[in-house]
Amino acid sequence: MKHLLSINDLSKAESIAILDTAQELARVSDGPMKKLPTLRGRTIVNLFAEDSTRTRISFEAAAKRLSADVINFSAKGSSISKGESLKDTAQTLQAMGADAVIIRHGASGAAQRLADSKWMSGSVINAGDGTHEHPSQALLDAFTIRKHLAKSGEDLTGIKVVIVGDVLHSRVARSNVLLLAKLGADVTLVAPPTLLPVGVESWPCKISYDFDDALVGADAVMMLRIQLERMSEMFFPNAREYSRYFGLNGDRVKSLKPTTLVMHPGPMNRGLEITADAADGARSVIVEQVSNGVSVRMAILYMLLAGAPEGEIIGISREVGAL
Amino acid sequence: MSLALPAPDITRALTRISHEILERNSGSESITLLGIPTRGAHLAKRIAAIIETIEKVPVQVGTLDITLHRDDLRMRPPRALMPTLIPPLGVEGRNVILIDDVLFSGRTIRAALDALGEIGRPKSVQLAVLVDRGHRELPIRADFVGKNLPTSIDQSVLVHLTELDGADEVLIEGGAK
Repeated sequence: MKHLLSINDLSKAESIAILDTAQELARVSDGPMKKLPTLRGRTIVNLFAEDSTRTRISFEAAAKRLSADVINFSAKGSSISKGESLKDTAQTLQAMGADAVIIRHGASGAAQRLADSKWMSGSVINAGDGTHEHPSQALLDAFTIRKHLAKSGEDLTGIKVVIVGDVLHSRVARSNVLLLAKLGADVTLVAPPTLLPVGVESWPCKISYDFDDALVGADAVMMLRIQLERMSEMFFPNAREYSRYFGLNGDRVKSLKPTTLVMHPGPMNRGLEITADAADGARSVIVEQVSNGVSVRMAILYMLLAGAPEGEIIGISREVGAL
Repeated sequence: MSLALPAPDITRALTRISHEILERNSGSESITLLGIPTRGAHLAKRIAAIIETIEKVPVQVGTLDITLHRDDLRMRPPRALMPTLIPPLGVEGRNVILIDDVLFSGRTIRAALDALGEIGRPKSVQLAVLVDRGHRELPIRADFVGKNLPTSIDQSVLVHLTELDGADEVLIEGGAK
């Protein structure tokens, strides 16, 4: 595994291995010494051509806890805002000796383009590309669900997850459906028909237009942000109507089982897709998702960067225990 | 492949090591046993059980994963992490006994000392191994040794334990005999 571009790059076993590794690394984050020497001397570039709070900070914290050097690089305040192309930017990063690039970009497929090109030799990690995928978010959501509702080392068989809201513009929804289905969960998407992408019927999940009906028996409810910045036309009549049909409010939370998790990848539009009492209630794991994000991203960096580059494994005695 | 240590010898060696640990530390009160996964962790559990039958008090026993501190990480494909379980009294001010199956280059133990340093500051660190096969690459020595096995560098020492491999045995494989 050299790059992490899409959940499709991961096998089920690799996904579970990342979650298990994250769990061990979470213990480090809870301990007195939060720093590990594992990636000492490696340079990781955060290339963020789109705004982000959680993902960028959490990748930065993850890289720093593993002792990597982090260079932050955002569109605003760099030559990207002067119109420099992705190719020229990538070649610059290669010249500076980046071992990995974490890329967030508004264009779907930007991470794939970077990985397929010969512009740079390091690993590419997709931190969100347009409306395509956001694999690290899906892994941290799966990690959060597993931590509460399943055992370590296991998959998510039989767990019912409801994903609600702006699926059309959501890279989080796509990655989550692919990963949760891979791990055996039972996933239902709920959205107004205008906010579902073309071809959604081929996704490995069920689709419902009735939120209350879908909530029956749900083990986790994942709310998606209405991405107003990507909307150039009207997808629903008005915000009040959307909230009434597809928003998570106190009454809907009360109808859930006591163990059901309320999740949101952030940033939230409070009052639109989720009310304050649902977001801040006892069942909400929204803040925990952020701290789990650091452990999961440490695991991703560890899996991609700690070992030997592919094809360069130096033969050492196979008796590992005897070293 | 030749049998270097049969099952009864392994049991005897672990019993002797247990007594030596108790003798060195004047009882089990101050000690914390930390096994290095995978086989060291099982050996630590066995030594703890032996000490408990001798002393009739519970022993602090746990595991210490060293993967993140290895100096050969970049020479191999990435490996899954094993659990680190520190017993309730921690390591601060304790006499910590690291337990592993085979002592070879000493690099695992160096990594273990680094990993331990991140958890706390033990009063002392001692090392118990089932087999010392020589060929050290670092100035490290074991305090308690089950068996010294002179080997050539191109041989492999295989430790099998009932918990994982169905039988207790130490085998030497390969090399010119």
